[in-house]
Amino acid sequence: MTTPSPPSAGPGGVPPALHLSGVRKVYRMADTEVVALDHAELTVGADEIVALVGPSGSGKTTLCSIAGGILSPTEGSVVVGDEEITGYNDKQLTLFRQQQVGFVFQSVNLVPFLTARENLLVVDELGRREGRPARERADRLLDELGLADRAKNLPSQLSGGQKQRVAIGRALMNVPRLVLFDEPTSALDTQLGMQVMELIRSEMKSRRTAAIVVTHDERITEFCDRTVHIVDGVLTA
Amino acid sequence: MRLALRELVRRPSRFVTATMILTLIAALLMFLGGLLDGLIRTSTGAIRAQQADAIVYSATSQGSFLRSRIEPATREAITRLDGVADTGGLGVVLLGARVPGNGPRELANVAVWGYELAPAGVPAPPAPGEAWADEILQADGVELGDRLLVGPARTPLTVVGWVANTSFNGQGGLWTDVSTWRAVLGANRPDAVLADGVFQAIVVRGTGASAADVATAIDGALGGAVAAFTVPEAIDAIPGVTEQRTTFNQILGVTVVIALVVISLFFALLTVERTALYGVLKAIGARSRTIFAGLVVQALVVTLVAAVVAGAAVIVLDVLIPPGSIPLSISAARIATSTVLLLVAAVVGCAFSLRRVLRVDPASALGGSP
Repeated sequence: MTTPSPPSAGPGGVPPALHLSGVRKVYRMADTEVVALDHAELTVGADEIVALVGPSGSGKTTLCSIAGGILSPTEGSVVVGDEEITGYNDKQLTLFRQQQVGFVFQSVNLVPFLTARENLLVVDELGRREGRPARERADRLLDELGLADRAKNLPSQLSGGQKQRVAIGRALMNVPRLVLFDEPTSALDTQLGMQVMELIRSEMKSRRTAAIVVTHDERITEFCDRTVHIVDGVLTA
Repeated sequence: MRLALRELVRRPSRFVTATMILTLIAALLMFLGGLLDGLIRTSTGAIRAQQADAIVYSATSQGSFLRSRIEPATREAITRLDGVADTGGLGVVLLGARVPGNGPRELANVAVWGYELAPAGVPAPPAPGEAWADEILQADGVELGDRLLVGPARTPLTVVGWVANTSFNGQGGLWTDVSTWRAVLGANRPDAVLADGVFQAIVVRGTGASAADVATAIDGALGGAVAAFTVPEAIDAIPGVTEQRTTFNQILGVTVVIALVVISLFFALLTVERTALYGVLKAIGARSRTIFAGLVVQALVVTLVAAVVAGAAVIVLDVLIPPGSIPLSISAARIATSTVLLLVAAVVGCAFSLRRVLRVDPASALGGSP
């Protein structure tokens, strides 16, 4: 079953941040096939925040991985911004991830021996190597995220919420078209989780950047523009 | 790359164990190498010091001074050859020497040389009854001006100066004029006595051709009566030298392999431990080669630190060990060679982690496959 989503063009005719068309992902294990994503149709507008809700093993992570250029689909088409990535090889996907998408992982996953500022700059070191503009962008992001005074702190010296904010800053360092949040509040208490979601919404909206927020917590959906459910690899509105 | 270096600086404790083990291995490698160099030096110093293109022995001697004798006519024939500028007689006798102040059984092992052309670092032959002594004899209590009693005949030799790196078969050289050497040989080794003009070997200096060409020309011209060796060939012909070198090189090779195994195991474990981190880095755009290069950089830095510490340690050890007590010779070349071998081992050791780095799936950062 497929669930078409309304395309949402941004201001000035900006193309959607993500367009999945007929995307299918099948894992082959010995003689059996596991369909992780079944003919998914999804369009995320240029500055739209979409909540992707579903139980464990429903295909949320697979969809996110395909949208973020980590996995290639078995069938279908994936377009991020104006870039068709369906047929990309590993090298092209790596370059694509460096430049077009941001990730915030479930367990934050900051580099433990880098300071907050260096965790942002690692994106530039691995990718564009812009130098000074990247350093200025990192400082600006830390300032906007309320972490200017924590720039030189290691992750072990930060609270859970501060770590999450650093992770958001890292995801925004490459000025992405699309940011993928994988269970961003699962490691936080309810109050902090809500604060983080407010921050995500304000940061995404102020930058006119699209986001997919993977969650199984329905309370998160109120911070998103739209909710898409996924069960057994099938998307439903 | 910078990421790898920062980890080294910020989390040195993670690398301390590997660095310590590698330091011990590097010190062992350099120490064993120094022992090999020392043994070879004390076995071959007298030959190595010869300022010659060729050393000529009799044909059946297999490069042994004790078995060789060159008659005056043969020497004359060599001297007359084109390409030969100068020749000098050379002979040796290995004996024990009584040192003033030492007990009657505390003999110093000496190699009494008779020479005509001075080796490097050795002055012209001294007056009869006198000798330039190799400084390793100081470990046996020999002092300047001592009157040594050499061999069972107790032939007296007076030490009139020091020379360095001229020992032979592990015995300190006593460099005398030809008549003194001939007298010592005759008095103490009656079975090996040589008539006037007869030498065990002839040192040949050429007019400019390569040493190998000079040796080949002598062999060709003398019709199989002699065997001419270049200095390196003469060194290898000394009994036991090649065997020592082969044995030590095998031990050194095994030590390098141990270093390689330590490095590969350590970085393989580190890679397993960092799988999640590598997954995240790959997800945000790190290439496998960037991650692997970081691993190699860390291995090289750890190995280099270990080699520097070990190098300093063996230099200190070399200074502290009294000359002549053990044949240890620490050189910059040996330390550099050992360091290069360890660095190569570091890179090869890391290569075993390459497959694991390549297999890290960026999807693991997002929770992996369903």
